[in-house]
Amino acid sequence: MSPLDSDIAHLLAGSMVLVSFLLLYQDRMFALLNFFAIHACVLACSVGWQAYMQRAPHLFITALIALLFKGVIIPVALHRIVVRLGIHRTIENVVSIGPTMLFGIALVGLSIVVMLPVTQSAGAFVREDLAFALSVVLLGFLMMVTRRNAVSQVIGFMSLENGLVLAATGARGMPLVVEISVGFSVLIAFFVVGIFLFRIRERFDTVDLQALDMSRGE
Amino acid sequence: MIQDWLTQLSQVALVLGLAPLLSGVTRKIRARLLRRRGPSVVQPYRDLLKLIHKEAVVAENASWLFRSAPYAIFATTWVAATLVPTFATGLTLSGAADLIVIVALLGTARFLLALAALDVGTSFGGIGSSREMMFASLAEPAMLMAVFTLSLFAGSTQLSSISTFMLGPNAGLSISIALALIALIIVTIGENARIPVDNPATHLELTMVHEAMILEYSGRHLAVIEAAASMKLLLYLSLIACVFVPWGTAAAGAGVLAYAVGLGAYAAKLAAFAFLLVLFETAVAKMRVFRVPEFLGVALMLGLLGTILLFVSRVPR
Repeated sequence: MSPLDSDIAHLLAGSMVLVSFLLLYQDRMFALLNFFAIHACVLACSVGWQAYMQRAPHLFITALIALLFKGVIIPVALHRIVVRLGIHRTIENVVSIGPTMLFGIALVGLSIVVMLPVTQSAGAFVREDLAFALSVVLLGFLMMVTRRNAVSQVIGFMSLENGLVLAATGARGMPLVVEISVGFSVLIAFFVVGIFLFRIRERFDTVDLQALDMSRGE
Repeated sequence: MIQDWLTQLSQVALVLGLAPLLSGVTRKIRARLLRRRGPSVVQPYRDLLKLIHKEAVVAENASWLFRSAPYAIFATTWVAATLVPTFATGLTLSGAADLIVIVALLGTARFLLALAALDVGTSFGGIGSSREMMFASLAEPAMLMAVFTLSLFAGSTQLSSISTFMLGPNAGLSISIALALIALIIVTIGENARIPVDNPATHLELTMVHEAMILEYSGRHLAVIEAAASMKLLLYLSLIACVFVPWGTAAAGAGVLAYAVGLGAYAAKLAAFAFLLVLFETAVAKMRVFRVPEFLGVALMLGLLGTILLFVSRVPR
């Protein structure tokens, strides 16, 4: 593995973290969806590069799934849902953008601090890739926590799943069957969520999940 | 040694002479992109000449600070601009001053400008300097974080060394460097009063920042401040060119041909950057003033992230 190869792999994995931050920064629906599509495309590039580097042709299929499902189908479908729900307005954040970003940086620091000592025995390259992947997962969680809007929570969930795929490709040895089934379960989860979005809107006249709090029966 | 001095002195003249042309070219490209014909590219020189010949009108209650600040701003900006390698890296003064000195010099110029704007006591000057300071409190740390990332990566804070390192085989691709580049671009846009942050083509608008501070200036004082502002843009573009696209720059002690190539490459890089800057400007709308801290905060965050990720992606070679 030449230095330039691993540099490019790092660049792509690091770009995933960067795009995760950009997702956190977006406060408009369409921009959020576009950046989610970019997130999936960067993931596809990263996985494709890993496939080339590790000489593992089955990873190309993973890259193709990421590009097709998460880069094209889901953003386009969400775009339509957003238009039909009529929510092209600004998203309300629970926490404002500045503190969210700082919290995100703290999470990246945390994932580096946690990952590097735990995986001492693994190769240098895998360790760093895992640190990046954990950051993407944690940033996805952060997005789900800080956003109220159901659609942006779905985006947070999907970007979290992108982080899982990134981790799986770096770790070498996740079977293709598992990856395909994860990909399909995400797609099915997306359908379920899409149906639920309309149900929630019918019931509460909004997709702001704050409205659901009073139905918890506390 | 003599060659280094010659390079340094020619650069001192170059940044002074080239800066108005750069703003002329950006205005021309912008006009063409908006399908206007636009003024000639040498218009900024004519403006400066006209301003120098005009009488300087100074407010009654202006102190000595108001009159001396423009020259101090011009001097600090000029010194900072001469410290950035433009077409050749072998500069005499590069051993004496590094990137942090450049940031400090620019900070001094900003401080003097804000102080001078407050001096006369008009409301525009006050609002301009308070906004400038609000933005600076994020832009300066962002610039410093980008500088730290570069310095940790290249193992030096001197621009000549960083530029040479980037050309060498050890540089490679790094996500931290990409983040530092984006942070520097955002700082460049913010610091030079370009469109999403401030409109350089306006004179009377409630959202203006830079123009609000220099509203009271006229004549030769205004000429000097305008020259300093265009030199600041040249400085930032040269900084990005010198660190991120160092190809073509003449090394220390190279022959005459290398210097000619360096000059050509520098001109090409500046033209390309001016085009990209203007393209970005015409594509985005101006932000609300209270969104600017978020925009600059992104630069700070990227700089911080770049420094953190530098500790992860250090590949053993």
